[in-house]
This record gives sequence, C-alpha cells and structure tokens, in this order.
Amino acid sequence: MDKTRPDTVAAPRRFPLREVVLFAALLLAVLGVYAVMGAAYSTRMLVEAACYAILALGLTIQWGYAGQFNAGVMGFVALGGFCAMTFSVPVNEAFWGSELPGELGRVLLTMVAAALVVFGATRLDRLGVPKALRTLIAVVLAMVLYLVVINALRDVTDQIEARAGFIGGLGLPVGVGWIVGGALAGGVGYFIGRVCLGLRSDYLAIATLGIAEIIKAFLKNSDWLTRGTATVSPLPWPVPAPAEVGFTLARALYLSVTAVMIAVIFFLLTRAYYAPWGRMIRAIRDNEVSAAAMGKDINRRRLEIFVLGCILMGIGGAALASFNSLFDPQGYLPLNHTFLVLVMVILGGPGNNLGTLFGAVTVYIIWIMSGPIALYLMELAVTLGQASFGWEAPTNLDSRALQARVFVIGLLITLVLRFAPKGLLPEKVIHHG
Amino acid sequence: MNELVFFLNNVVIAGSVTGSIYAIGAVGVTLVFSIMRFAHFAHADIMTFGAFMVMLLATAFPTAGAAIGVPAALVLLPVAMALTAALAVGIDRAFYKPLRAHGVKPIVMVIASLGVTLMLQGLIRLFSGTGGQSLYVDDRKEIFRLTLPLEGVRVPVVITEPQLYLFVLTIACVVGLHLFLSRSRLGKAMRAMSDNPDLAQASGINTHTIVAVTWVIAGGLAAIAGTLLSLDVTFKPDLSFFLLLPIFAAAIVGGVGHPFGAIAGGFVVGFAETLAVFNWGVLLRPFRDSLPEWLAGAGNLAFVGTEYKIVVPFFILVAILVWRPTGIFKGKVI
Amino acid sequence: MPILDARDVHGGYGGMNILNGVDMAIEADEVGVIVGPNGAGKSTMLKAIFGLLHVSQGEIRLRGEPIHNLSPHQLVQRGMGFVPQEHNVFPSLTVQENLEMGAFLKPANVGRMLGQVFAFFPPLKDKRRQPAGELSGGQRQMVAMGRALMAEPSLLLLDEPTAGLSPRYMNDIFARVREINAAGVGILMVEQNARQALAIADKGFVLAAGQNRFTDTGAALLADPDVAKSFLGG
Repeated sequence: MDKTRPDTVAAPRRFPLREVVLFAALLLAVLGVYAVMGAAYSTRMLVEAACYAILALGLTIQWGYAGQFNAGVMGFVALGGFCAMTFSVPVNEAFWGSELPGELGRVLLTMVAAALVVFGATRLDRLGVPKALRTLIAVVLAMVLYLVVINALRDVTDQIEARAGFIGGLGLPVGVGWIVGGALAGGVGYFIGRVCLGLRSDYLAIATLGIAEIIKAFLKNSDWLTRGTATVSPLPWPVPAPAEVGFTLARALYLSVTAVMIAVIFFLLTRAYYAPWGRMIRAIRDNEVSAAAMGKDINRRRLEIFVLGCILMGIGGAALASFNSLFDPQGYLPLNHTFLVLVMVILGGPGNNLGTLFGAVTVYIIWIMSGPIALYLMELAVTLGQASFGWEAPTNLDSRALQARVFVIGLLITLVLRFAPKGLLPEKVIHHG
Repeated sequence: MNELVFFLNNVVIAGSVTGSIYAIGAVGVTLVFSIMRFAHFAHADIMTFGAFMVMLLATAFPTAGAAIGVPAALVLLPVAMALTAALAVGIDRAFYKPLRAHGVKPIVMVIASLGVTLMLQGLIRLFSGTGGQSLYVDDRKEIFRLTLPLEGVRVPVVITEPQLYLFVLTIACVVGLHLFLSRSRLGKAMRAMSDNPDLAQASGINTHTIVAVTWVIAGGLAAIAGTLLSLDVTFKPDLSFFLLLPIFAAAIVGGVGHPFGAIAGGFVVGFAETLAVFNWGVLLRPFRDSLPEWLAGAGNLAFVGTEYKIVVPFFILVAILVWRPTGIFKGKVI
Repeated sequence: MPILDARDVHGGYGGMNILNGVDMAIEADEVGVIVGPNGAGKSTMLKAIFGLLHVSQGEIRLRGEPIHNLSPHQLVQRGMGFVPQEHNVFPSLTVQENLEMGAFLKPANVGRMLGQVFAFFPPLKDKRRQPAGELSGGQRQMVAMGRALMAEPSLLLLDEPTAGLSPRYMNDIFARVREINAAGVGILMVEQNARQALAIADKGFVLAAGQNRFTDTGAALLADPDVAKSFLGG
C-alpha cells in the first residue's frame, strides 16, 4: 500500500514507517479482539467496520478533499438502508393483489399534475400577469393543491397500513438496492448542495443536520412504506446466509464483499485524487479565490464532490442495513451514524484515504469495545462505592454507562481538532514539479 | 366562535410560546456568530444545561419560592443563569479559544462546537438519566381558563402560569438587550466588534473581554430559554436536537448578526410551526352546510402532522437560503 | 528624545519580507510623511509600528520605550492612534457611537473629547445620530480621524487619509492634519498625493523596496531634483 507515486516530485520516497507502525498496531488489536471475543463476534465487528469505512471514505472526500462539512451523514445512511430494504425484501402479495397499488399510483399522478400546475402558475408573468399577483396565485394554489394531495395520500396510506401492513419489497437482488441507495442519497445530496454550497460552509452543516432529521422522521412515520417503528427484518444477504453455512463463514463472505467494494472505491478515489480533477478540488479548498480567478467552475466542482460523497454514504448505509438484516428507522442516531464517522475521518486523517481507513477500523473497534469496558468500570465503581461508604447506585446503570460514550466521542472530537488537526496519518501535501 | 377560541389557544398562544423560546435562543446564536463568526451548534445544549441547573437547584431547594408565591424554579433562575454563563465562558476558554488562537477556519469551530454538544449531552444524560422530569418540583402549575363574555362561546381561553412568566420574561429580555446594546459601553463595543473586529482592536477595545461578555449574555439567555421551555412542558435531556434547527432557522431568517432580527425570526419560525400543524378544517366547521362536499368532508386540513414539525424550520431555512440568504433584515456575513 | 524611533525594521506577512531595514524617527511635535511607489512597504511600515504585523528584526521605540510585539490595544493605552485606509468606521454604529468607541479605554473623557472632536469636524455634529455607513467618503474619514483622536493620542498614524477623496476634501483633510499637529499630536502618515503631503511635512521618508531611499525635511525633499524625478512624477 505504498502511496508514493512517480508524480510526487518534491516529496521524496521514504519508508512509510508511520503507516506500517499504525497498521501493525491495528492488526494486533484486531487479533486481540479475535482472541478474546471469538471469531463470529469479531468477524461481525470487522464487517460493520468495513461498512463504516465506506461511510468514512464518503465523508473524507467531502471534508478532507473539499472542506465541506456534512453534519447529516445519518440521513444518507438511512436512505441507503431504506433502499436496501425496499429492493431486496420479498414482494407483499397482500398489497399488490389488491386495488391499492392503482390508487397509490393515482395519488402519485395527482401529485405530479399538481406540481405541474403550480409550476405553470409561477410562469404566469410570461402571460402578462403582474409579478405580485403571480406569486400570490402560485402560493395559494400550491397550498390548496398540497392539502388536496396530502389528504388523498393519507387516505391511501391508511388503507395500505390497515389492509396490507406495508407495501413490501420488490424482491430484487441485494446489489440493486445498494446501487439505488447510493443514487437516492446522491440525489438528496444534489438538492442540498445546490442550495448551500455557494454559501458559507456553516450553512451546509445546518442544512445537512436538518435533512438528516427529516429523512429519519419520514422513514420512521411512514409505516406504509417502511413499517416504521415495527421494523423490517430479515433482509436478504448478497452471500449465503448464516443459516446455510454458519455464522463465521457467512460473515467472512460478507466481509470479502465489502472488502472488494472498499478496494474498488479506494483505487478509484486515489486515481481521482492525483488526477487533474482532484488537484482542482484541492486548489478550490486551499484557495477559493485564486481557483475562481483561474476560471475554474467552483460551484460545479463542489457539487460533484458533495454528491459523490453522499453516494458513497448511501452505498455504505445500504451495506450496513443488509448486514444487520434489519431496517429500523429509529435505530439511526446522529451519534452512531454521523459523529462516529466524523471522528473516524478527523482522527485518521481527512483527505488521506489510507488514514481514513485506519481511522474507521480503529475507532469502530474502540467504539464497540467501549460499551463493555465502560459497564465494567461502572460496576467496579459501584462495588467499591458500596463497600466503602454504602453508596446506593442508580438502577439504570447500564443505560447511563452508554451515555459516557457520547461524552467520550465529543471529547475526542475537540481534542483531535486541537492537538492533531491533521489526524494520525495526515494528508501529504504534494508539490507538483 | 368556539372555533375561533380554539384557534386562539392552538395558534396564537402556542405560537407565541414557541416563538418566544426560539427568539431568545436565536439571539444567543446570532450574538456568538457576530462576534466569533461561527455557527455555535452547542447553543441548544447550553439551553438544556441551563434548564438542568434549574432542575437541580429546584430539587435541592423546593420551597425557595413559596414565600412570594412563585415556583422555586423561577426564583432560582438567576443562579442557574450565572452557572450557565460560567459554563459558556469556560467552554470557550477550554475548547474554542485555543482554536481561535490558531486561526482555524470557522467550519473547524463548528465541528468543535458539535464535539461540545456531545460532551454536554453525555454529561447531562449521565446525571439526569434519559427520561423527562417536571421542573415543578414542589409547586403546582396554575392553569387559567378565561371564558369570553360572548354568547355561545363555551370553550375557554387557556393559558398556563409558566406561559405568563414566559411572556413577561421575553419582553424583559428584549428590552434589556436593547438597552444594553444601545446604551452601555460594552454593548456598543460588542456592536463595534461585530461590525469590524480589526478596527475595534485598533480603537483599544479588548476583544477578549468582548468575547467573554458575549458568552455571558448568550449563556444567560440560553438558561432562560431552556428553563422556560422546560417549565412549559417538561425537562428532557434530548431537548436540544429539536431546538437546534428552529433556532438556527430563526437566526438566519432574521439576518445573521442582527439580535432583533433573530427575535423576529424566532416568532416567524414559531408561528410557522404552529400554523403548519394546525388543523384548518376546524375553522371551516361553522360553514359546513354551505361548503361543497369535497371540502366539508375533508377530515384533517393540517399542512404537516406534528411528527413532521421539524420539516417546517427546515423548509423556512431552505427557502430563505435560496431567495434571500442575508435574511429579512439583511444580515452581515454570508 | 523622539516620540517614535524605529531602527532597521524587518518584517512582512507569512515569511515574505516586505520591510528590509527601515529607519524612521519623528519628534513629538512633527508631521512625518511616508511616500514612495506602490509596494514599497509604506502601509506595511505603519502596520508594523501599530503591532499588526510581526517584526522579525529591528527595534521600535515609543518615547524611548520598546514597543514591538505589544498588541494594538496596549499601544492605544500608551498613546498611539491608528486610522486604517479602508474599513475605518463601524458602519452600523452612529457617528457619535463611533467616536465613543475611540475613547473606550478612557470612558471618563467621552463628554469632553466629543466636544473637542465636534469642534474640529463641525459637519459631524449635525450627523451624530446617523449611521456612519451612510456618510460620504470625506465625512467617513473625519469620523475615522475623530475616533482616533478620542483617545487623546500623542502620536497618530494615518494610512492614506486622502485616498479616493475629491481635491476639495483632500485639502480640507491636510489642513485638519496640520491643526491636529498644532494641538500637540505627533503625526505619521502614508500618502499617495506626495507633493501636497510633503508640503505640510516636517520630515519626509521616501521608501522603495522596503528600504529608506531619501530622508529629509519635507521642503528639502520637494526641492531635491532626484526625488522629484523618481518619485514625484518629474
């Protein structure tokens, strides 16, 4: 995994000591987990870490390559998970056998028609209607038609929930859902990027934070589409399931699928990073004004990179949901699916793909192991406390121990920003000779 | 007429309550932004922290307000404000100041503030658990029902005791803030620094002092907003995630860097939320007989269900970013 | 003892040296004027004196006391005032509030100094409740100078006070500078309008490429044919 390439003229070849030492330590840690927790558990952890690595790669190109801060990774992960679920779970005959699909289709057509009418109303000024009047007409029309459509939709979805549970899946191969998941996440990213990328980077953070909560709220409350809090499971795997070949082997097969995905993404990203496109992206990040002065289309490049990052998050989220074999919209938490990924990226080294991989696996191992360790420490404290001064410990200790992780992740973010702002494996600044 | 009273209760009063809370929160966000030029994401958690302090104090001294007939929480609010202000200054010293001294990009400060968000949430949940608790420890929440002296009106106008405190305190905050910013030496220096930090320094204004004053004000206001929200409903450690988007939307709607714009923005967002979840079908009920059947038959004419309330501030945010990124009062830095 | 004595000053931005050994000394009752071609380091020198820029080598003394590496607000406390060339008012503050900010460190003086500044710049008195951002360029320059005077400085640094002003305002500003100086304030200013500025200067410094080229009285520099040929456009 030697990253020194012929075009790095001013950075002389050197032995990648730092990389070797860090990855050797990581390998030792993984072996340690295998020794303590057993192969099935540890392989599961590695597969999850691999899925997170895809998310982290998505964030590292947004934040590390381009300086865009996406605070709503969770939303894109959830979209990926939703697509993985919808495309792969079996077809629901109770729904497709009834007249409900037709009614749902009719509502969707009404929705399209209403959108067209409103769009037409916004163009009324071309026909000589005064602009103020046009705006009034468009707004009133939009509100009325919206109410009509939403009521029709409510009727149909209530029917679906009452008679068929939910619309079910499409029963397609797992990979289709993953690809569509990436595409859907990219589409939402395009919308957000169009609105925010021309403005200060703070606004992107606020908007992505918001869209993530909205996606979650939508998936959680649309019982007709996702079964909401009732969750959907099991989701099929792209490889033989544990029931057929045993836990360890099945998970190892899944791990190899994700490993191949990471390898492909890694290869393509590294190519892109050193290609003119990647140079341009970095030029924009480092000096926007001069990049614009050289005639680069800044907003277009920014949008490309943002959408690309979102696509990776969608794919990673899809792989994660399929692996968990469960789609639970309530299980998507900012802490687990946004901030954990953020820590992986800034600790590993934003803009350095290898560093990001290292960060993803390392942080995930710490994350998984911190629960049991924190609980153990808490119990130890309680035992000592009771023994020495008869302290009555609160009853819900284990749920509180988990809150300690929230604190630790937050502390980690601030400490890394202050003491290792470039991460453990910093991006190598290359001077092209 | 009953429908109108229903509208009054569910939109006018509820909107004013939410609007006031968002307004006080957004002022803090906009002040921090105008002095330090970054979006302070931990603000909502500082609000929660303030409410948490009040809860601890009210649990410790449940009878503090009995003598003058107000809830203990309200009597102890100034103490909580001081503690929260101290926390805000402390957070700045420990986490933001070193980064500022390094001259990092504003977005790095944003990420650091997210780190602080998590730390505060972790701490509050560690100590308070994750459930909801009432701030009315030993007191009783008064509910006033005013029946309008009109014929045929049976539904009373309902307003609760904490809501009255909320309105009084909001007006006091707005007046106090106005006097501070337009009359006092430090307030004017704050506005000067928000206009032009370099010139402020060249004028001999100690920018470190102004930064500290900003945190004190932002922290104090956050404690008020968090406490009033918790008095109105209940205290929950995860209040902050529901507050973050509306407060930022309010600050941006009002024009970032404009304290009074933020107040207006807070009410815009608050009323937009209540109007959007209000079932407009209620107002059509009296005319049921004279309406076409498809309209009279429509059961629920709310724009969004309460579970999608968060869409409203987001929609406002996106709309304002698309059409007028400087906000309605022409904010400063975009 | 000179009020300002700078010797062999080196400095610049981010490792790039713009000043390569500049000497500059003025007495407490003098007007000093810095002229020179674009990029000579004139404004950079003012910023170096006012602590806005890292001085890598050399020494700057105010009344004999070394001051380099003091922060601007400490320098204001020690009697130095600075009027930047651009962005030199607080646009959303009123004229009076702008002036009050100048006396931030001496709040007791505000009333007395306001009276003096208004007497000095009469147009400001009528506009004192107007936001400074709404004023014309010349009036803004008055606000900026007035703000610096509010702290009762003993040395005032002016960075191109007449840049972008019409000739009528330009002469007015130069007249004010003389009056401020007559009231006992030492002045050091950078100017593009070199002839007019040197005409009122007790000392003139011609900089080029970050070094002193000529240093003499204003009148002597104006009379020097070399200076005239190279720096005053013939």
